[in-house]
Amino acid sequence: MEHINIFIKAIFIENMIFAYFLGMCSYLAISKTVKSAIGLGLAVIFVLTVSVPACYLLEKYVLKAGALRWLSSDFEAIDLSFLSFIMFIATIASIVQLVEMIVEKYAPALYTSLGIFLPLIAVNCSILGGALFMQEREYATLGEATVFGLGSGVGWCLAIVALSAIREKLRYSNIPGPLRGLGITFILTGLMAIAFMSFMGISL
Amino acid sequence: MSLETTSASAKPKSTKEALFSPKNKRLLYDPLNDNNPITVQVLGICSALAVTVKMEPSIVMALAVIVVSAFSNVIISLIRNIIPTRIRIIVQLTIVAAMVILVDQFLKAFVFDVSKQLSVFVGLIITNCIIMGRLEAFAMANKPWPSFLDGIGNGIGYGVILVIVSMIRELLGSGELMGFRIIPESIYKMGYFNNSLIIMPPMALIIVGIIIWVQRSRNKKLIET
Repeated sequence: MEHINIFIKAIFIENMIFAYFLGMCSYLAISKTVKSAIGLGLAVIFVLTVSVPACYLLEKYVLKAGALRWLSSDFEAIDLSFLSFIMFIATIASIVQLVEMIVEKYAPALYTSLGIFLPLIAVNCSILGGALFMQEREYATLGEATVFGLGSGVGWCLAIVALSAIREKLRYSNIPGPLRGLGITFILTGLMAIAFMSFMGISL
Repeated sequence: MSLETTSASAKPKSTKEALFSPKNKRLLYDPLNDNNPITVQVLGICSALAVTVKMEPSIVMALAVIVVSAFSNVIISLIRNIIPTRIRIIVQLTIVAAMVILVDQFLKAFVFDVSKQLSVFVGLIITNCIIMGRLEAFAMANKPWPSFLDGIGNGIGYGVILVIVSMIRELLGSGELMGFRIIPESIYKMGYFNNSLIIMPPMALIIVGIIIWVQRSRNKKLIET
């Protein structure tokens, strides 16, 4: 039950885009067509689902205060949490590189359709943001961390697909020149975020 | 004789560019308007929106980004010829992460309250696309000094937008600037209310959208077709 709560909360109430604005850059840049939006969305879901639990294990067994207890009792006093940024980003970057290699080997069609997006995911703030939120909220089990990663990925994918669908329709409307392109996209995202605010305050 | 000395002293100047030649000045000024990282290059938006509720954290955030982007640009530019291209993203991320840890520890030591307000966003400077974008686009191909100026310029361009947005939000949202009350008590007694919607995160997006609108109607060459 707890897992379903975390999942739904991560998609709607604490949506990565509409509540925290994470992964905004690629969100705005790659939402011109629905097709590429879906591709990037799926890649983000995948990377988040793999990297959040990986960072959870790293946090639990290496970085947290007293986490090195399993090695020997001498290390009980060591607190490596100030290294978490560099460890998390290294983990994420190498997972992305690994995913890229695996996809290239076993699913070449998917690889060509994702193209440049896969390596770009390493610098997508929503991945590192997911790992840091996982650290801040102190999920109790590996399962909960995985579900949180999956949920935030699905939420991000949902947001980018919705925006790209609206932008495809927008091409036929008459927008004032200076507002065209980036400006209207910002305002649209703001309005969508206000709509998503209606989920706020729902306690699960 | 005198002619010889002047020509001799002029010679090293022609091979070595002046520190603030017009070209280098452009590196510094361009990101403020024509090539602003937020409104034109669409980089570094995530953090720009989340920290702009009050002015103080956004100024601290802007300074942090200026420091990190300037110095990571210099470091990458110094070692640009020995980085293997296949793993350059990991190398870049590691250097940026090391700089961010320095800044984070510095903030925790000297302005603890602000660093608490910024929470995960200091860490997210690592994946701030401005820094990665400038490393990829500029520092990998240029000498250290121009890279340094480019880093400072883009950091300032980012900071300017941050300060404008946070000024609007703090003034309308809580009637204060930098924590000092601007809108006097008597106006509240006449029935004025703080606009609590503007403190909500979505309004930051709409304000940035309006800033883009204003900038592009003044600067016609930026208009997209």
